[in-house]
Amino acid sequence: MFDNFPLWPDRASAAAGNVDALFIFLLIVSGLMSLLIFSALLYFAARYRHRRGVLAEQIEGSTPLELTWSVVPFMVFMVIFVWGAVVFFKSRTPPRDSTEVYVVAKQWMWKLEHSEGQREINELHVPVGRDVKLIMTSQDVIHSFFIPAFRMKQDVLPGRYTLAWFRATKPGTYHLFCAEYCGTQHSGMIGSIIVMEPAQFEAWMSGSPAGPLSASGEKIFAELGCVTCHRADTPGRGPNLEGIFGKPVQLEDGRTITADENYIRESILDPGSKVVSGFKPVMPTFQGLVSEEQLNALVAYVKSLSQPVATSTRTAAATQQDNSRAAGSQVQ
Amino acid sequence: MSMATATIQPVERENYLNKEYGVGSWLFTTDHKRIALLYLISITFFFFIGGFFALLIRLELLTPASDLVQADTYNKLFTMHGMVMVFFFLIPSIPAVLGNFLVPMMIGAKDLAFPRINLLSWYLYIIGGIMMLHCMLTGGVDTGWTFYTPFSTAYSNTKIVEAGLAIFVTGFSSILTGLNFVVTIHRMRAPGMTWSRLPLFIWAHYATSIIQILGTPVIAITIVLVAAERALHLGIFDPRLGGDPLLFQHLFWFYSHPAVYIMILPSMGVVTEIIACFARKRIFGYSFVAFSSIAIAVFGFLVWAHHMFVAGISVYAALVFSLLSYAVAVPSAVKVFNWTATLYKGSIHYDAPMLYAFGFIGLFTMGGLTGLFLAALGIDVHVTDTYFVIAHFHYIMVGGALMGYLGGLHFWWPKISGRLYPEGWARLAALIVFLGFNLTFFPQFVLGYLGMPRRYADYSHMPEFQVLNVLSTAGATVLGVGYLLPMLYFLWSMRYGKPAPDNPWKAAGLEWMTTSPPTTFNFETEPVVTWEAYNYDEIDSAHKQEVKVVG
Repeated sequence: MFDNFPLWPDRASAAAGNVDALFIFLLIVSGLMSLLIFSALLYFAARYRHRRGVLAEQIEGSTPLELTWSVVPFMVFMVIFVWGAVVFFKSRTPPRDSTEVYVVAKQWMWKLEHSEGQREINELHVPVGRDVKLIMTSQDVIHSFFIPAFRMKQDVLPGRYTLAWFRATKPGTYHLFCAEYCGTQHSGMIGSIIVMEPAQFEAWMSGSPAGPLSASGEKIFAELGCVTCHRADTPGRGPNLEGIFGKPVQLEDGRTITADENYIRESILDPGSKVVSGFKPVMPTFQGLVSEEQLNALVAYVKSLSQPVATSTRTAAATQQDNSRAAGSQVQ
Repeated sequence: MSMATATIQPVERENYLNKEYGVGSWLFTTDHKRIALLYLISITFFFFIGGFFALLIRLELLTPASDLVQADTYNKLFTMHGMVMVFFFLIPSIPAVLGNFLVPMMIGAKDLAFPRINLLSWYLYIIGGIMMLHCMLTGGVDTGWTFYTPFSTAYSNTKIVEAGLAIFVTGFSSILTGLNFVVTIHRMRAPGMTWSRLPLFIWAHYATSIIQILGTPVIAITIVLVAAERALHLGIFDPRLGGDPLLFQHLFWFYSHPAVYIMILPSMGVVTEIIACFARKRIFGYSFVAFSSIAIAVFGFLVWAHHMFVAGISVYAALVFSLLSYAVAVPSAVKVFNWTATLYKGSIHYDAPMLYAFGFIGLFTMGGLTGLFLAALGIDVHVTDTYFVIAHFHYIMVGGALMGYLGGLHFWWPKISGRLYPEGWARLAALIVFLGFNLTFFPQFVLGYLGMPRRYADYSHMPEFQVLNVLSTAGATVLGVGYLLPMLYFLWSMRYGKPAPDNPWKAAGLEWMTTSPPTTFNFETEPVVTWEAYNYDEIDSAHKQEVKVVG
């Protein structure tokens, strides 16, 4: 019966347990608060109902009571606030060395591309136990990438990247929804997240002949002629891109920013806005010349220039496990 | 108290209703009470339009497939439902009807400070309303009432500019009402009516007016910017034109979050009056209740980005807005505690207005507590943009604001119409509304946590959501009956109701010291106030002595 009438969503990611724990805490807190208020209401309503000849007793108020029922709830609220913030920070900070998936949303479909090169539409295959970072953008309006079983949601905006991450913990097929209203077929912009055992996933991955995303990025990089200015061998008209990803960059106007996905994206589409110190604003814009998918490939390529030579997925997964173990011990 | 004590009045006295007859005497009136009635008729009209859309939405969701209407139609239905209910019903509801009628009377004034501006505000509302009706009849809008960009400025093919202008015009009616109240409350109080003697209904309306005056211009500017981008392709919100879509959300919620307090604060004012009267008591902690209204109005302006935790704002911004959202929860909680404490050692009567007030406290508490869930960052990520949010804000805006509005209409109906409504039917309606409401919206909390997104025309790939949706639709039909009943018996009572005595509830407050219905200038002579608000001890002990003498 409960297949047709579930009362609790699947719990299939590392974050889901944290969210559920806080949710249950809040259910208890708000249950106690309503019990307090409603039982007082009902008791007073019954006990002090009108009786002929009995007058109400006038009470002015009580400052100590007012302070009590302001301060005590506030302190309870602060516990909820801090707990909520901790859960949120964890869910917003992708662990290093996550597997990356690029997401392009459009009315009304999800286009997903693994950094290994596999492309999917409205479906995402991921292995159990691996951190997956989503680098998302939209071709048109605002969408929102929502996987209830992972308790994960992030709006996907046109003109910029937003990031999210998860680690699936239970094999199965889960709903993917668009949660930000996006027009006629908003409710049709749904899909599936297919969580597989690592071995199955490896098999699935090897089924596709596509090369890694960064390789197609390298091809586009050459085709568009980027390579003529951004050179690794000699100083060119543009900065050398090797090793810059994730590093601070000194800008012409004196600011220092971190070279993240959004900065690389912006530098391709609107090169004049944040020029690197020591260079002239001579780069033309590529707005309209590259699609979102090509842009993702370019970003993936630039990122690959900052990584040691590509490791096999297996070793990446192994490193990942070590990292998470290390992170876990730090927390404890 | 029993209605049986009503005494039949002699030949009908002159009052604001029978002073003049004819359409012209209504359309050109500057009497705040007649304008209140004009508003009552107009917002009731829009309430039933919005309610009709709601009914269609619920019928569509009865089955998972998109089968009753097409997806585009469904999208327009929830958009028009939201726009009509928010801008043409909830925001004007209590201030423009009960506030208009009562603010001058409660402070002992003849009228509002600017009677002609008051009439102008109704005309602006009507012009905006006609524009909105025209927009709906000629195609409607499909953006959701939130108008998110760049969908609204570049992708939707519906009548966004027209709907925006309708809201723009109506916004001015809201600003003018607020302005009128602030000036009236400052300048027109009767001698002796000090700030600390004001009914808390007045404090609530004062706080509401501040929000209307400061907040509404921001939505007006936002609408102008949307229209400019859509019509003239100025790059403001659309990234393809160099704009920022998040800027729109900041501007929109800067008004639309405080707008929730425009809806709920007056309702809190109504409930405060009702509880004092039917518990025969001074309100517990008068000054705390008064200042909590002001605190809600002020803090209400500082929490807007809690609608945007997953929208792409920085985690640090999210942190600040989460913290501030908990700050605004405190004055709301303080009110609930004070209402409860007011019942302590009271002498409680259970007439229909009090049933609505009890309903208000119950539903508002549920709405407020689920607000704590949404303000918690970690939980908001999962439940935002799902039915959890829908349930939460309906508990506040329908469970709270609308229960207060209905309670207030019953409470002051004898004063407004000069007639008594049928008490038995009214109690039954209050019960039906309460049960129907919970059946409609409680299942939606569960749906939301399960992950059903809002604004979905079709959930045929998620049949597991159907049982809860069926419950919700069943509740909505019950709720519809609960809302139709009062309209029917109020209309009935205008002709067949018993004539109301001047003070059927033996309530405190200047509005009860004049005739029912009042004369055009409210009072024969300007009242002089020498007592505190809610002096039920004096009223009841005086009454007791009278009884003794008679006996």
